[in-house]
Amino acid sequence: MIEPTDRAFLADLCLQRAGLQVDPEKAYLIDSRIAPVARREGFASPRDFVDALRADPDGRMSWALVEALSQSETDFFRDRRVFVHLVDEVLPALAAAHGGQPVRVWSAACGAGQEIYSLAMMLADAPGTPTATELYASDLSERALEKAQAGLYSQFEIQRGLPARTLVRHFEKQGDSFVLSPRIRQMIRWRRVNLLDDLSRLGQFDLILCRHLLPQLAPGAQALVLAQLQRSLAPGGRLVLGLRDPTGDLVAVDPAFGVYAAPSEAARSAA
Amino acid sequence: MKTCLVVDDSRVIRKVARRILEDLGFEVAEASDGLEAMAWCSAVMPDMILLDWRMPGMDGLEFLRRLRAEPGGETPKVVFCSAETDLDRISEALDTGADEYIMKPFDGGIVAGKLDYLGLAA
Ligand SMILES: C[S@@+](CC[C@H](N)C(=O)[O-])C[C@H]1O[C@@H](n2cnc3c(N)ncnc32)[C@H](O)[C@@H]1O
Repeated sequence: MIEPTDRAFLADLCLQRAGLQVDPEKAYLIDSRIAPVARREGFASPRDFVDALRADPDGRMSWALVEALSQSETDFFRDRRVFVHLVDEVLPALAAAHGGQPVRVWSAACGAGQEIYSLAMMLADAPGTPTATELYASDLSERALEKAQAGLYSQFEIQRGLPARTLVRHFEKQGDSFVLSPRIRQMIRWRRVNLLDDLSRLGQFDLILCRHLLPQLAPGAQALVLAQLQRSLAPGGRLVLGLRDPTGDLVAVDPAFGVYAAPSEAARSAA
Repeated sequence: MKTCLVVDDSRVIRKVARRILEDLGFEVAEASDGLEAMAWCSAVMPDMILLDWRMPGMDGLEFLRRLRAEPGGETPKVVFCSAETDLDRISEALDTGADEYIMKPFDGGIVAGKLDYLGLAA
């Protein structure tokens, strides 16, 4: 049994580590998410898992906790028209402004990879010469990254958003699961990144996707992540948010598709 | 209101599909095999057909071939809904003229996503 004080401790730990907003009142949610992780990590009970976290709040278990309490479900081609817009309009414009240099794209909370792979498959299937791109993807969760890198999805996951033609073109069956072709997987470079950490070592990107993470964060963390991502944008770069995500002080470029620019940048390009 | 013909020899599946499609704003009719579905389509072509593969009598693939050869038989969007998950067989269904493919078991989210992709969402 997890006590109310424990739930408050767990929520606070998620906030500290990842900026996640977890409501300590949601006993059912917390209990139902904690029990399987506790079991998986070899604890006799959720109670023991909480005790281990209290004994070592900075240890590996705290990341297992964050993984358990963050919302990671997503679809392929989530809000499909956004992907069409990126491939047809935004990426070619960025490439043109670059004079042929590859456009650097970063999926900044990539989950199990559906978002960046959707983009990669569209680029691979694009008629003519696709825009030259370098694709990067990162997530806080090691488990999500491992899954993404393996490109292995269950029958349920694979049917969410992925057209059947795209499935047969790019996937192979492996037991009951489906695995993405090495050709597409090799298009992506992966890295574990906590968006609360210093991001300057990653360099700058022309297009950053950070969709469906911000609503899960506490207001302070939202502001911090948005400010950090703005600094990671190359001049003229674009930030793509989920269609219902908070947008802070960003400047809307194509809000119907979730495309934004940094405020200073908009002032510069308007001048 | 858009119309959907659900073709499946299982009454349970037809019922599940009907509920999902009605929630998505479709008017639903049912047929339990290809022959019955063919008779339905000669009377009125639906906007969409959710089609099982393995059925006694005329199976889904055979039905699809005949449908596409009918006058007006190109119009309905045909979405296979089958327990067959072999990718070569899925390709075969698509090459025969299916617009989309759903592997059983499925849920409302999967159906909604496919309809959205086909431009059939309400
Ligand atoms: C719902 S998924 C979004 C997946 C993808 N962007 C999409 O829209 O399809 C949210 C992801 O954010 C990750 N996440 C949560 N907190 C994070 C943080 N502080 N830094 C980086 N990633 C984080 C979670 O691990 C999860 O995989």
